[in-house]
Amino acid sequence: MDLTHEQATRWLLNFHQKVTENKAYLSELDQAIGDGDHGSNMARGTEAVSDKLESATDDSLEAVLKQAAMALISKVGGASGPLYGSAFMAMAKTAKETSELSALIEAGLDGIKHRGKADVGDKTMVDMWQPVATALREDTLSLATIDQALREVKPLKAKKGRASYVGERSIGALDPGAVSSGYLFTALIEEVLS
Amino acid sequence: MSLGVVVASHVDKIAEGVHRLLKESAPDVSITYAGGTDDGEVGSSYALIEAAIEQNDSDTLYCFYDLGSAKMTLEMVSEMTDKDVTIIDAAFIEGAYTACALIQGGYNQADIDAQLAPLKVK
Repeated sequence: MDLTHEQATRWLLNFHQKVTENKAYLSELDQAIGDGDHGSNMARGTEAVSDKLESATDDSLEAVLKQAAMALISKVGGASGPLYGSAFMAMAKTAKETSELSALIEAGLDGIKHRGKADVGDKTMVDMWQPVATALREDTLSLATIDQALREVKPLKAKKGRASYVGERSIGALDPGAVSSGYLFTALIEEVLS
Repeated sequence: MSLGVVVASHVDKIAEGVHRLLKESAPDVSITYAGGTDDGEVGSSYALIEAAIEQNDSDTLYCFYDLGSAKMTLEMVSEMTDKDVTIIDAAFIEGAYTACALIQGGYNQADIDAQLAPLKVK
């Protein structure tokens, strides 16, 4: 299916709302295995995204995705800024060629892998993006995909990012980046796939 | 043109302090720095790191960073700039200090790279 710029805007505004509502929870998850700022960083970043989109005049899909990327890159402040920013920048580039949703998410996933040098099983946001990208390609994406990905990320030992410093202690904890990415895709299901 | 040095930290005062230290040993080297977020909080800023790279007098830069997100932000800026940017995964202060002292001393890039190699910790 194709993603329109209206859907992309609604998707990102919904994501901002979810991140804001769960700001404290995301920071709490981050406190356990990282530096405790994921909630406030992402709330600040998605706030900037929603400000940009509300005042946007250019109505192409590429422009919406690029504005989101720039806002996240400049406002998040933590590692998730370059990571989410690279995802949306890669999606904006792909939107020049196609607006097909699974191709866009696949491009976003590649952008994250390139920036963070992480792969599946490292206990990062890649462990949410990869199963979602696969499910979209097979046309099976649902909330169950997200729940399943979160269950699978828990027992992993972190190999990338700040959480890798605590090594064994990361086992059994949820990765905050995977959780915030779960909100991103829950928002996608609500606004685009329902 | 000789090499320039950029330091990027998560904290404004760390970047400022490292810059002060480096200038002691390398008064003639162009050294620019970026620390913290746009609002002066702990983190990395694309805009500040971009400014540090663009405002450096040199077009060939060695960049040093403290933690992961400063590195990722440096990488993003390096993909956008026309300058020749090398991000060095060395111990932050020791690496930057070594590079600056050697640039000041007129050493070439191969010699500097060789001295930085054992300082790589990341």
